[in-house]
Amino acid sequence: MTAPITALIAEDEPLLAAALAAELRRLWPQLQLLPIAANGPQALERALAEQPDLCFLDIRMPGLDGLEVAQALVEDWPESGPALPLMVFVTAYDRYALQAFEAQAVDYLLKPVEPARLDACLTRLRQRLAEREPPRSGSAPDAAALAPLLQLLQQHAAAPRLEVIQAQIGSTLHLVPVDEVLYFEAADKYVRAVTAQRELLLRSALRELLPQLDPQRFWPVHRSTVVQARAIATAGRDEAGRLWLTLHGRPERLAVSRLHAGRFKGM
Amino acid sequence: MSAASITSSFAPLSARALLRHGLINALVCSAIAAWLAVLQHGHFGVSLVYSLSIGMACWALIDGGRWLACRRKVRLAPDDPRAAMGWPGSAAMVLILLIGVPLGYIGGSLLADALTGHRSPMPWRIGWEDDSTGWGAFAFLLILSFAVSGLTALFMYVRGTLIATRAEAERIQRLASETRLKLLESQLEPHMLFNTLANLRVLIALDAPRAQAMLDHLIAFLRATLDASRAATPGSHTLAAEFERLADYLSLIAIRMGPRLRWSIDLPEALRSQPVPPLLLQPLVENSIRHGLEPAIDGGDIQIGATAVEGLLVLSVRDTGIGLDTAPANPKGSHFGLQQVRERLASLHGAAARLRLEPVAAAQGGGTLARIELPLCPPAGPQELR
Repeated sequence: MTAPITALIAEDEPLLAAALAAELRRLWPQLQLLPIAANGPQALERALAEQPDLCFLDIRMPGLDGLEVAQALVEDWPESGPALPLMVFVTAYDRYALQAFEAQAVDYLLKPVEPARLDACLTRLRQRLAEREPPRSGSAPDAAALAPLLQLLQQHAAAPRLEVIQAQIGSTLHLVPVDEVLYFEAADKYVRAVTAQRELLLRSALRELLPQLDPQRFWPVHRSTVVQARAIATAGRDEAGRLWLTLHGRPERLAVSRLHAGRFKGM
Repeated sequence: MSAASITSSFAPLSARALLRHGLINALVCSAIAAWLAVLQHGHFGVSLVYSLSIGMACWALIDGGRWLACRRKVRLAPDDPRAAMGWPGSAAMVLILLIGVPLGYIGGSLLADALTGHRSPMPWRIGWEDDSTGWGAFAFLLILSFAVSGLTALFMYVRGTLIATRAEAERIQRLASETRLKLLESQLEPHMLFNTLANLRVLIALDAPRAQAMLDHLIAFLRATLDASRAATPGSHTLAAEFERLADYLSLIAIRMGPRLRWSIDLPEALRSQPVPPLLLQPLVENSIRHGLEPAIDGGDIQIGATAVEGLLVLSVRDTGIGLDTAPANPKGSHFGLQQVRERLASLHGAAARLRLEPVAAAQGGGTLARIELPLCPPAGPQELR
């Protein structure tokens, strides 16, 4: 293997980031470390730009948390690029994350990170890197490996179902039955709720809204889009292989990320 | 035996408990019969029949009435523990006695008449012009019945009150320990604890003196948290001590967050000895960190201050974090903290204290301001000390 193995550390606490870097250098001197990412968006940007082989992602980070960074990486990773980075989650105390990863291929580390545990993790990573098909392995195996991640992201406790959405426009409160919404789209700090006739801006994050929607009727198809199933007219691939949805009653097309493409396999 | 096992094994309205009353009643009646037989030099057998008949009739009417009244009351007001404990309330009990005793007395006497062949003095049998012996005997036995039934009712009342008081005390204690546990869990949040320990582990190798300082802060924080979860002498915790504990907590967080966190605490000299409930502000500072500053990419400031305004002590926690609107959903944790602060203020000062949480306009730096107002204690002057 000629190209050096590269790794990205995403950790918002500077002391812990520096310590993990020092420990990695000691245990794996050949490993090339990218500059530390101090928050979620920085981690995503740096990983997409530098395309490291390994990512150590803190779960609780400002901006995007570690799981969201992983999801975004899977969705935005270039089709023609190298294989997805192997991801290791680092957490102080997230029982749910531990349960989900206990039996999965992706590893996790508990803070404070013990050197022996880190060493075992690195051995595992080396093994996985060696097993990896020569670069350009395509997206299918990676998507399969990330199935537990998808599960983890949808593992929110079911909140009470939302029947009517409320949006303030000027001094008037508008009420719209949730069934009329064709799709929800995350827009910065807001969520756009799009019906056949109009759009409403909700002061809420999409990930807070999602658990309140009926999963039978509202399907997440991308990290920033949730579509009502009955609004979908067609699903088809473009020449680049990307999956798109067309809708009843709306002209725009919606992109389906590869994490969610499995839902439209039979169609 | 704990109060819990008493209340759970004690079912005062069960058939068994009512029959037990009946048995006690029969014994008391037998004793009265013996006493009457000696007093009147009468026939013990006859006295026993009368005493038992009257006593058991009174008992059946009174306990039956009590049972019905309690059932009704439990249905109407399920929260009142005393009805479930067999006490229908004083008014109902007096009414039951006033109706039950004369009816029981007359019914019991007629039954005993039928059994013994005697004719007891009844109002319709005694003419007005009759001499006083008939009326005297009637009144004596009626008053005796009232006295016995009244004493039994009093006994029931005292016992019911005792059990209800014990059950209430136990409920309050259970609530208090639950709250204490929840408070402790929220303050010793595992994420904060393990992240702090992870930082400490790194610092030990890098910068031992700083690691020691951090450990001292952690020890002070843990000690304060554990102490505050126990009942403390009211008024023994000063504002100066409260702010020192907040400084311990913020020092720990500052090591973790590095340059992303800037903090300041401002305590005027005159307010240092003001008494406050221990760790009153802790949940507010924690909310600012967890829901305001930690999720903010660039972090921000937190300012803690105290002022005296028109007889009120005003404590403020202000952060420049992401604000109330955009804070990611963790309403359970933050609501418990706020609710807990409100409850403590209400139990100590009633309506005289309050907590307000408001967003700060972007023009003033954004973020969130939490303000607590509570009555200012007059400063302890030297004349009071003497």
